[in-house]
This record gives sequence, C-alpha cells and structure tokens, in this order.
Amino acid sequence: MPVIEDDHPASLLEVRGLTKSFGPARALTGVDLDVRAGEVHCVLGQNGAGKSTLIKTLSGAHHPDAGEIRWQGEPVRIGSPVAALELGIATMYQELDVVDGLTIAENIYLGHEIAHGGVLNQREAHRATRELMDRLGHPSLKPNREVGTLSPANKQIVSMARALSHDIKLMIMDEPSAVLDSGEVDNLFRIVGELTEAGIAVIYISHRLEEIERIGDRITVLKDGASPASNLSVQQTPTRELIALMTGRRIEQVFPPRATVPTDAPVLLEVSDLSLRGVFHDIKFSVRAGEILGIAGLVGSGRSEILETIAGHRKATSGTVTVEGESLTPGSVQRAVGAGMGLSPEERKSQGLLLEEPIFKNATLSTFSRFARGPLLNEPAERRATEEQMKVLHLRPAEPNRITRTLSGGNQQKVMLARWLIHGTKVLLLDEPTRGVDVGARVEIYGLIRELAARGTAIVVVSSEIDEVIGLSDKVVVVADGRVLDERPATQIDEHGVLDLVMKGSAA
Amino acid sequence: MSEQSNSVGGDAEAVATTTEPISPRETKGMRGMPAAFGRSIGLVIALLVLVAVGWATAGSNFMSLDNMLVILRLASVIGVVAIGMTFVITAGGIDLSVGSVLGLASVVASLGAIQTASEGFWPLMVFAGIATGVIAGLMNGMIIAYGKVVAFIATLAMLVAARGAAELISQRQSQVVVNQGFKSFFRQEPLGISLVIWIFAIVAIVGWFLLNRTTFGRRTVAIGGNATAARLAGVKVKRHTVYLYMLSGAAAGIAATMLLSRTTAGISTHGGLYELDAIAAVVVGGTLLIGGRGTIGGTVLGVLLFSTLTNVFVQNDLSTSVQLVAKGVIIVVAVMLQQRFASREGVTST
Repeated sequence: MPVIEDDHPASLLEVRGLTKSFGPARALTGVDLDVRAGEVHCVLGQNGAGKSTLIKTLSGAHHPDAGEIRWQGEPVRIGSPVAALELGIATMYQELDVVDGLTIAENIYLGHEIAHGGVLNQREAHRATRELMDRLGHPSLKPNREVGTLSPANKQIVSMARALSHDIKLMIMDEPSAVLDSGEVDNLFRIVGELTEAGIAVIYISHRLEEIERIGDRITVLKDGASPASNLSVQQTPTRELIALMTGRRIEQVFPPRATVPTDAPVLLEVSDLSLRGVFHDIKFSVRAGEILGIAGLVGSGRSEILETIAGHRKATSGTVTVEGESLTPGSVQRAVGAGMGLSPEERKSQGLLLEEPIFKNATLSTFSRFARGPLLNEPAERRATEEQMKVLHLRPAEPNRITRTLSGGNQQKVMLARWLIHGTKVLLLDEPTRGVDVGARVEIYGLIRELAARGTAIVVVSSEIDEVIGLSDKVVVVADGRVLDERPATQIDEHGVLDLVMKGSAA
Repeated sequence: MSEQSNSVGGDAEAVATTTEPISPRETKGMRGMPAAFGRSIGLVIALLVLVAVGWATAGSNFMSLDNMLVILRLASVIGVVAIGMTFVITAGGIDLSVGSVLGLASVVASLGAIQTASEGFWPLMVFAGIATGVIAGLMNGMIIAYGKVVAFIATLAMLVAARGAAELISQRQSQVVVNQGFKSFFRQEPLGISLVIWIFAIVAIVGWFLLNRTTFGRRTVAIGGNATAARLAGVKVKRHTVYLYMLSGAAAGIAATMLLSRTTAGISTHGGLYELDAIAAVVVGGTLLIGGRGTIGGTVLGVLLFSTLTNVFVQNDLSTSVQLVAKGVIIVVAVMLQQRFASREGVTST
C-alpha cells in the first residue's frame, strides 16, 4: 500500500480484527480498516455484509466483542454515541434521525442546545444554523422551518448540519445518496469535498460504484462480516475486481435481455390525457401484456405522482385510466386493485409494508379475504400461497413467519412483488423497485421483473436512476414538468438522450 | 421504546443476508395465545404479586372463592369496555367517549318509554342500550374517517356531548329500573357465577376470536400497523374505521346494561372516567398505543390487575385515595416490566 506521509499524516482511525456477534449470528468476523485525515474512505458491501454493524460500532451504538479501535494512535473504547461525538466522530444514518415536529435549528442543536443558564438563545442558534446552511449550499432552508415539511433530501441536509455543528474529525455517511437525485448528489459531493479540504475524514457507505469512483480515495470491501480487502486505492482498483470481491462472482450482465412483444398482444393498461392539477398534464401511454414501460424523469417531474394517480392513490382531475378496457374510478384504490392493478410504492417501509408483521401477512395483504372462509381467516392457506411465491421469487430463507422488518431491502421488495403475484395482478406499477437494494440483489430483481412481464403482466417502472429505467424497459416515456416529452423504444435512447430532452423540454 | 426496537431491527437487518440460512425469527404467536402470553409475563407476575399481597394481608377473606367472584364481577363492566377499546387502539385510534356513552346508554335503556311497566318486554332495554352505543360509535367513526378529525378530538367532543345528552334525557334524575324481567334475568347465576361475569367472558372470547381469526381482525391490525400500506393493498380503511368505533360503542352499550343490572338505576353520571380505566387496562395489557399490535388476553389481565388491586385495598380498609396512587404506580411498573420482557424477547428471538 503506497503511503504518502506528506499529504496524509498518521492514520486518524485504525480498526483491527473487529468482531461482533448477536447471539448465534456473527455480524462482524474480523474487519480491518484505516482512515486518514482528509480522505474519503468508501466501505462497499452487499446488504448483510456487516456495514451497518461496523458503522454502529464506530459510532458507539454497539460494543465490539473483540478487536481494536485506535483513534489518533491511541486505543479507545467508544462506549456510547456521545463518547463518539466527544472524540469527533459524527454519523449520518441512512434512516434519517431527525425529529419531524421540531424546527431545523432545534434539530441541529438537539442535545447540545445553545443556552445560557438553561435559557435557550434562539437568536444565536438561528444565526449558527443559517451559517451551517450557507456552508451546505442550502441557504433557502430557514432555521425556523419545521423539519416534518422537508423532503428526505433536505432532511438529510439537516442531519448533516447537525453533524457539522459538533467539532468533528470523522464523518460517517451511511448511503447518503439513496434519497437524492443527481443534482442533489452533486451538491453532496461538493460538501464532501469541502469537508475533506478542511481535514475532516469521511467514511462513505454506498452501493453505487460510480459514486465511489467519483469521490472515493480508498476502499474497504466487506463481505460476510469480514474485510477481504482493506484500504485499496480507488484509482488502481478496477470495478470488475470490486464487484468480484463484494459478491464472490462476476456480474456478466446487469439487465436481462429484452423480449419482443408481439404487436397483437392485448393492451392491458391505457392511460389517456390523465391530469392532476398543478402536478402533471395530459399524460398518455399504453402498455401491452408482456411489456415493460419505463418513465424517465428527474425528481419533481411528476413521475411518482403519475404512478400514484394511475393506481387511484391520488384522484386525477381529468383523464382516464383503463385496465383491459375497463375504466377505473379516479381516486379509488379499491377499484384499481379489483381490476387487477398493483402498486409497489416508492417508500416501501412507510407506504407498503407492515414491518412488524410476518412475511405472509404482508404477502396476502391484498388477498387475505380471498383465502378466508367467510369472515374466518385461513392462515395455513395464506402461508402456503406465500411459500409458493417465495420459491418463485427466490426469497430465502423460505420462512413465511419471519418478521418483515428483519429482511434486507431486496427481500422486502420481493415481498411486495409476492403480494401482487398472489393477487394475480395484470398491471404492475413499480416505483423505485431497487431503492435500498444492494448490487447483487438488484440484478435478481431486474430478472424477476422481466420474468413477470414474460408471463403476460404489463409493467410500468419509475426510477430516479435513468440508467435503470432504460436498461429494464422496452419502451421509455420521458417526462419533465409534468408533461410527456417523448416516447420511444428503449433501444433508441440512452441516459444522455433523456437528459438532453429534459433540458430542452424545460427550456421550451 | 421505539428507539430501542429500531436499533434491534437495524442489527437484525445488518446480520441478515439474502442467501444464508439464519436462526428462525418467527412470530411465536401464530396461534395467538403464546405470543400474547409471552408479552404478558410482566403482567402475570404483577398480578401474582398482588394476589400474594392480598393473601398476606387479608388471608382467607381474600383467597376465598366468593372474593374471587367479587373481583371478577368488579372487572366485568370495565372489561367489556376495554375489549372494545382494544380494537380501536390496535388500529391506531383512541375512543375517549366510552364512559359518557355508557352513561347515555344506561339512561336511554332505563327510560320509562322503553322499559314500560314492571312487566314490559325487557330485551328492548338491552337493545336500546347497545343501539345507543352503536349510534354514538357510528358518529365518532364518521367524524374521524370522513370528517378527518383526529380521533382524540372527535371522541373528546363525544365525551362531553354524550354526557350532556344523558343529563338532558334524564333531567339529572336517577331512573329506577322497575322492570322485573330485566332484574330477574340478570340475577341469574349459571354454575354459581353471576351473569355479568359470563357476559365478560363471552365478550372476551368473541373479541379474541374476532381479532386473531377473522378478516376483520386482520384489517384492524393492518390499519394500525401501516394505514397507507393497507389502503394501497385495497383495504377499505375509512369504512373499517367506522366499524371499529361502532364496535367500541357497542361494547360501551353492553357494559351499560351490565351496570344497569347491578345498580338498578340509569344515571347520567354512570361510567365516569371509565375511558381512562379502559385505556389503562389496554395499554398495561400490552396493546401498542400507536397501533399495529393488540392483545385481548393482555387487556383481560390488565382489567383483572386493577380490580384485584381495588379489592386488596378494600379488604384492608384503605382509602380510595391511597388506591389511586397505587394504581398510578402499577400502570408505570407494569408497562416497564412489559417493555423489559418484550425487548428481551426481541433480542433472543431476533
């Protein structure tokens, strides 16, 4: 490992042989890691590789069973999150830990309020907050704005500002880009750049290899709780090698091959002149059985709202949606579900799943009354149906009684797919199908979506990753500012093409 | 509590992989009872401690069969109210109006026009009481589901209004029950156990079955766990919400006729503060106040805990003031025990 002593003095953080078990489950089995001041150190790994446990150990939320953590050369024991902050380690969790009912300033200074003798100095807190927001490139976020009214991206800014309100030397970011679109990601990277210039080290956790190539200095790969490779140089390590390290295999082809949809295949979903006042206008497209249609657009283009309106979650102001020729009642989810339509929402956790309930109750949430004899539930039948779909979806381990919260993002997405498979959905609407899903499982989800189409389902996909929309779809609809700009076969457009259209469309 | 469970869930997620088989993390309560019992260990312990205290201080006066029946009879009325409340809370709601609605129902059921003379058709009284509860519940439900008023406020309004309506109807007079059929029906003691206890038992069993074994129960839990997910899956959330408050109102109506049989007078002040006793029993029993998890068994234990407490104090000639303080302490201790056992269960089983 080339050590450039001039630029990077001794390591800020050294981790050696870190292990941690939860009962019989071994989350970390020996992790090594060095972080230098002022570097961006990326930690890569699939879900379950131990990333979250590593972060929680470094931030004081967990205590390691064995191994050593040295901070600025001294062995330390990080006993609690407060102890971590005192050392200068701040953590930005993926599940944003902001309090919705409080203002931005109150959130930032929560736990270390600016006060004199117990009396809050709100003016000073607001001034400091404005300063932090300027530094983070978001002067429009006012200190007295309530956090509950912010988008996930802006909540993340608040979370970041809170970390910066402490005197920190190391910032741990857990998949910060998961809730951001590309413009916001650029801003995030600018902030990361500023932090490192100020000598602050960043541990950056992400699934997105392209991001790591952009901002990472060094990489540590986690697999099965161990670090098969630590402190690799980003520039000198080819992507193929990283994927091989992470998965133990090579991903030959990310997206499954497209199918040719016969022109006489029945049109299952027809959307005509659909409008939602102030959000989108005159949306028009149709999807045949076996076809995957992708909606490409930036955040704010109305793409998620279009899906939600088609599914009846929102009430259209005008226009019609027909499923197999039957037109749906605007604003009625029950009609849409009854007609054979299913929506897998963007926010799986808050809009799709009962996290504390077992898998099978989630899988049969749309169909439990169908299994019931009159008002009496038939749970054995529900479990059997769930098991069947779990096999189809390769959802392992095949335990329909397992609590849904304990599943990885990829498996939670499969539970949503199982729900609609059991329902016999003819039209499937997928909003961000791979959000929070790791690299290996993504490929599997793509394959499953294609397989569902091959069985005659009409599918509509929305994703913030334009690459994903194009790669997965047969046909792409480009939207900007709530209007359809273009519709063409996916083979005739690429990411640049979409962005060009969006730029021109917005200018016009 | 929620923070704690979050971090436990986080660990589990971190440990879980897509391919490796891991130790099973099942809900033990697929059959309903074991999980409810597992979560209720703290409550059972508290109840046993209380029984031990009763035994030690009041001896055979306390440990007699007669006294046990007294405790059960004491628990019955509030127990029925609490079963209805369990459904509402499991679905993430709250019904503050049950006490007042009970009072109103007792007044309506004992109206001269309804009970007529001493030989009148007494089931009409029962019907009138329950119907009053259902109608109040229907109003609560409509206001909450379609009027989009927060449950706390809507049922608080009903709490005030129903009490006022009861005063108006009764003109603040006790309405003595003269109907002999009603009185003699409720004087029955099948197997030596008074009828109100039987009614409580039946309501509890039906409630347990409804919550754990029927589509109605599944919808209730789903709405409490994640209302948006339930709606997107095609559950008629609004309609179901109305049903839930009607159910809670019906329970208050049943409780009203039970109370009427005991006091033999319809009074507008019947059921005062019952809503708090019912909510305390439900929450101490282990039903989550934010919804998504409900246990009828826990609610029954919670009600028994409070009535045993009252009994122990009465046996020892202690004032009701002391009793109230003890009740407050018990609520806190029971819930803390509950959480301790719940989180331990969470750690070992996940």
